[in-house]
Amino acid sequence: MKRSWNWSLWIGFLFALAGFLSYTFFTRFPITRDFPWANFLLFGVGGIFLLVGLVRAFGKPQRYRGKIVGPILAALGVLVFGFFSYLIFYELRQLPSSTGAPRVGERTPEFTLPDQDNNQVSLTDLLSAPASSASTAKAKAALLIFYRGFW
Amino acid sequence: MRSFQDKLSELESRGIRVVALSVDTPEISRRHRLKQHFTYTFLSDPKAEVIQRYDLLHAGAGPKGTDIARPAEFLIDSTGIIRWVNLTENIAVRARPEQVLEAFDEMESGAAR
Repeated sequence: MKRSWNWSLWIGFLFALAGFLSYTFFTRFPITRDFPWANFLLFGVGGIFLLVGLVRAFGKPQRYRGKIVGPILAALGVLVFGFFSYLIFYELRQLPSSTGAPRVGERTPEFTLPDQDNNQVSLTDLLSAPASSASTAKAKAALLIFYRGFW
Repeated sequence: MRSFQDKLSELESRGIRVVALSVDTPEISRRHRLKQHFTYTFLSDPKAEVIQRYDLLHAGAGPKGTDIARPAEFLIDSTGIIRWVNLTENIAVRARPEQVLEAFDEMESGAAR
């Protein structure tokens, strides 16, 4: 009797791969961005399929294939999951503590820096100008965003 | 940063001036702004002097081990006092415009009292 294709293994592996590759997709939505639960859900589903596939391959070897490809796909899936977890729980959290950063209630240190058109702009300039060119009233606040840069 | 551009008209109409700051040169900021259709101001601190003064330096985290800024957001009132700070613990998790608007509303209601 010809043994059937053990599709569960491949589906499981594809889910694990999707769990990893969909990270940048899910960061677009506020609900899935701060904690990547949607990615972990995909990994979980992938794990179940891989497990079912392995049980079939080794439990009913006369019916299902996958004794060789099963452990390989499962190992790759675990590897991808491990790498993802490493990025999420370690690599992305490697930030300086910035204990000396200005705090709420403190005066913002003054500075003067060039903008994108090489005009010198100071913090005082920002706070004394309108919030946008569409407005004439003085800005009520400034939002200062420090970012890593695009180099 | 995209989210702040998307909500920029609301932030500006409330009187909040949005400014970004990094080690990128004015030239890089100018190109990036055009490409991404960002319209708020980008300030350039290539030597990371202001970034260091704010203790926001992430040493060696840039290209070829250069120093860059760690992500951080400050809401500053018109007198120059900091009213809200966000120092993320995860590079991928940044402040959202909704948080800033909420902090701004709180600041406004405090000022009116």
